[in-house]
Amino acid sequence: MAHSARRDSPELPDFSLLKRLARDQLIYLLEQQHEVDKLYKVEYKPIVSTSDQLCFLIRPRIQTVKWIYVANADKAAGRFRRYKIIFTPQKFYACEAVLEEQGIFGDVTTDEWAFYLLPLDDDIISLELPEFFRDNFLAGDQRWVRTAGSALHLLHTVYGPFSKIHGIGRFSKMAYESWREQVEEGETKARQAEIGKVFLIDRDVDYVTPLCSQVVYEGLVDDIFRIKCGCVEFGTDVTSSDKRVKVMLNSQDKVFDEIRNEHFSNVFGFLSQKAKNLQTAYDKRRGMDIQQIKTFVSEELKGLKQEHRLLSLHIGASESMMKKKTKQDFQELLKTEHSLLEGFEIRECITFIEEHINRQVSMIESLRLLCLLSITENGLLPKDYRSLKAQYLQSYGVDHLLTFANLKQSGLLVEQQPGETLTVMESKVGKLVNDKAAGKLTDAFSSLAKKSHFRALSKKLNLVPKSDEEYDLRVPRDMAYIFSGAYVPLSCKLVEQVLERDGWTGLEEVTRLLNGHEFSVTAKNDAQRIVLVMFLGGCTFSEISALRFLGRERGYKFIVVTTAITNSSRLIETLLDNHA
Amino acid sequence: MMKSKPDEEDYWNSSKFKAFTFDDEDDEFSRLKESKQAVNSIRGLVEEDDDEDDVEKVSWSGEPVGSISWSVRETAASNHRTDREPAFPKINTETPPLSRSHSGYSLSSLFKGKTKGGNFQSITDTLSDSSVRLYAPELRKPKSEYKDYVSDWSPEETVHRMKQGKSVSLEKFRSLQDKLLLLDFSVAAHDGNVITAVLIYLKRTLSKEVLFRELESRQTALRHFIHYLTETRDQKLLLELLRALGRTEDMVLLQYKEHLSIADENKRRDFLKSCLSLPFPADDSAHVQDHYTLLERQIIIEATDGQAERGGKVEMFHKFPRRASIVNMPLITTLYYCCFYHYEEPEGSFSSPLNIRHTFRISEKQFFVTALAARAKLKAWSDVDALFTCRNWLGFTRKRSPVTFSRVVDILQKNSAPTQVLQDYVALVDDVTLRISLAQKLKCHDIIINTYRDLKDRQLLLGYRGKVEIGSAEERKIIELLDNQQIRWKN
Repeated sequence: MAHSARRDSPELPDFSLLKRLARDQLIYLLEQQHEVDKLYKVEYKPIVSTSDQLCFLIRPRIQTVKWIYVANADKAAGRFRRYKIIFTPQKFYACEAVLEEQGIFGDVTTDEWAFYLLPLDDDIISLELPEFFRDNFLAGDQRWVRTAGSALHLLHTVYGPFSKIHGIGRFSKMAYESWREQVEEGETKARQAEIGKVFLIDRDVDYVTPLCSQVVYEGLVDDIFRIKCGCVEFGTDVTSSDKRVKVMLNSQDKVFDEIRNEHFSNVFGFLSQKAKNLQTAYDKRRGMDIQQIKTFVSEELKGLKQEHRLLSLHIGASESMMKKKTKQDFQELLKTEHSLLEGFEIRECITFIEEHINRQVSMIESLRLLCLLSITENGLLPKDYRSLKAQYLQSYGVDHLLTFANLKQSGLLVEQQPGETLTVMESKVGKLVNDKAAGKLTDAFSSLAKKSHFRALSKKLNLVPKSDEEYDLRVPRDMAYIFSGAYVPLSCKLVEQVLERDGWTGLEEVTRLLNGHEFSVTAKNDAQRIVLVMFLGGCTFSEISALRFLGRERGYKFIVVTTAITNSSRLIETLLDNHA
Repeated sequence: MMKSKPDEEDYWNSSKFKAFTFDDEDDEFSRLKESKQAVNSIRGLVEEDDDEDDVEKVSWSGEPVGSISWSVRETAASNHRTDREPAFPKINTETPPLSRSHSGYSLSSLFKGKTKGGNFQSITDTLSDSSVRLYAPELRKPKSEYKDYVSDWSPEETVHRMKQGKSVSLEKFRSLQDKLLLLDFSVAAHDGNVITAVLIYLKRTLSKEVLFRELESRQTALRHFIHYLTETRDQKLLLELLRALGRTEDMVLLQYKEHLSIADENKRRDFLKSCLSLPFPADDSAHVQDHYTLLERQIIIEATDGQAERGGKVEMFHKFPRRASIVNMPLITTLYYCCFYHYEEPEGSFSSPLNIRHTFRISEKQFFVTALAARAKLKAWSDVDALFTCRNWLGFTRKRSPVTFSRVVDILQKNSAPTQVLQDYVALVDDVTLRISLAQKLKCHDIIINTYRDLKDRQLLLGYRGKVEIGSAEERKIIELLDNQQIRWKN
């Protein structure tokens, strides 16, 4: 199961330095405040403390700043306390303007903690900014562009200099520009580059991939249990005891490390083999003499026990996931998704989605399928759109009118405009793609939505392998294995193609279908095989698995930098608007 | 900023008066500059002497004065320009290169921009340098810090400084042209933080009419402004903006959204009623109407049922206590509730499922699925049966369903229907393989046996004998069939 990597693939740089740098700065900031005695979670309620100096460490959000001063109306109560707000990773003018407007600027002082990058694993770095997605792709607010540029700049300073940068998407371009300016403003010392190439990609270049159900172990765990900051909490159904456990999921967990990128169907076999080996290792102690047992206990037992613990944890998790998935007709769901990807039996898919909605199965899941339908079909027929929307509102509440407006604005769920319906043939070859058709998708005024052209892209890049071919998931032959052989993730395919061609040459048709905004810039030629892929707006564990696979095949090492880890539920949830 | 060469500086230091005696006007001007510069730099030092909190009060800078220059921006800036890496090129981002005349770049700022680092400015700069040295040598600060206190930055420079989190003053941008230039440069810089900062200043210093008018042709800035107003919850101004832009759809949705923050159900209902007159698009208008009607009805049902439950006379509520209030639930949940508690009621009643179905134009399929689930939950199998029954013109009854029977089985099974009930519906599944697999999953032996018999598949039947309990009715049935001489088995 452990795939042998190519011999010539390089070693990953050590990212623990990033943590150390961030920690040192925070300690410095806090020491300035003298004797920080307690940390509070910022909530909309007053803080009970005898201290006359309060320090808050927050993200630069207007809402949070408001909470702080509204909840702690000391001034009105005639009490004098000093407030300090440390914004991370940076402060925004709008947040300070709120303080100024309230007349407490000065009573409240501010500072910045430039904590940009959290290494989640050897090859995953997160900005932990889930709001990046909604702010950029829904509201069109570019407040995080410089943040992304600064994050890139930090990596460039510590691990660069970069030799080549490729990218696609509006915000990728902007982040690149911001980074370039910061490089020009400052200076980098010449050093041995640990990261050579960089690939920047906007999340809206590929919405299909994050909308699909994940079936690779790590992705599935994220879909079901939700991994937060590289950490997951398993319930009693997993631990088969009465307590919940919180575990770190990363390459330090040797069992996890071997199954994280595997298709779920392989995991059981692997785990049971592993269990057998463990049994054998334990059994060795039989027939040992005292001296041997002593050595066994001091040298092997600890490792075996550790492995035992991890193994039973992942077996428990697999069982629990299996149960949950059987209960919700996972097979049928996957079949529908695959049909949508293939553009096959669309009517049946619509019926399936409709029944899903009618039975109120899952608010998020229903929306996810609707979005997948819309993106793959380049919008819904007006008749279908109206009927499905009406049924959705009946099942989950009319409040979701607001959600539908958001989905329309972001281009995730749209109605085909009259006269825009493509014939099967046209959509397959992407014939109608010209400058006019590649423009704005909806009539919503400030919409950033673009046409998806998924079918044509899929055909051009061969994203959906022929379904009549057997696909051995045990021996994956391409990145499609992460979706049971049904679909090669578009985002990762673009990375593969651009690295192969060392640019966008030959992909002109593809970039046109993706609404352009591609770029490739070279500073110097360098055979560096460490590639940093930065997702602006989030990436899924499945995509990371696909890139790891690609890396093993082609001798690259990928480092994934993302504004946040996402999955279909998170993506949809950020666009919900049915609550105050 | 133009760096004066040392020899130049020496020259001016030693020959200050010479340089300025020929031209009175220049002298006046430079004196003004001198004193301004001197005052400014004194202010700077005074502030620095104060404690750091006060410095932050006046300057919007990335780092408080005296803080560790940890961030890359700062470290990088303090490094010497050695070993320059090959530079990356600028790429063309979405916004076209900003045309200065487009925003009405004023002549004076154009002049300043052009002469930056030019002859004129370098003279005054060096002069003020030396004058500071003359009057207050101990107050001299590093050159690079001078500009922090000089307020004649061009819009472009101002935006550049804001991006770096350095202190700026926007107050001097008073003409509309300057303000718009500032805005356009911030948009061209792609930094949302700066764009919003400029917009906050514009909001404060321009009338709404002018601001709205200018934003209309600046989509990126407009999006930032809308987002800012949304985040600060400036509902009133946001509505005005949307109205001015003619964005009716967004406007009505924003108004409709307000109902979410109204907790009291009666007030919420009244608010929804007031929304009915809003110019929604046709489809949405119907949805909002439904929302109002539904809430109105839920309030009535809740009041009646709550009373009945408290009275303790209605057996249903006693046997199946209500778990939550029905108010604010989706329509289908309400329908389910009514199918559960009010199934038998005549259509005239508000809580009758049929009434709900008609009022809200619920599709047959939707109604069917909901009623099925509710009645199955109550184990009211005769009701379940009746849902399927329809008579054909000869008066025979047969079972018909708007959803596939496999789906029916699924719903029943999820509501823990017993095998006897389930098998009636499994038997109606058309597809043989599906029927067999369902029957196997649900252990409906009879169906499997009958299907194998109909398929005349003796081998399968023989095989199945091993799967049923020895001595059970199923086994006897299999044996009977296997012994039956009349069946012409195909194998």
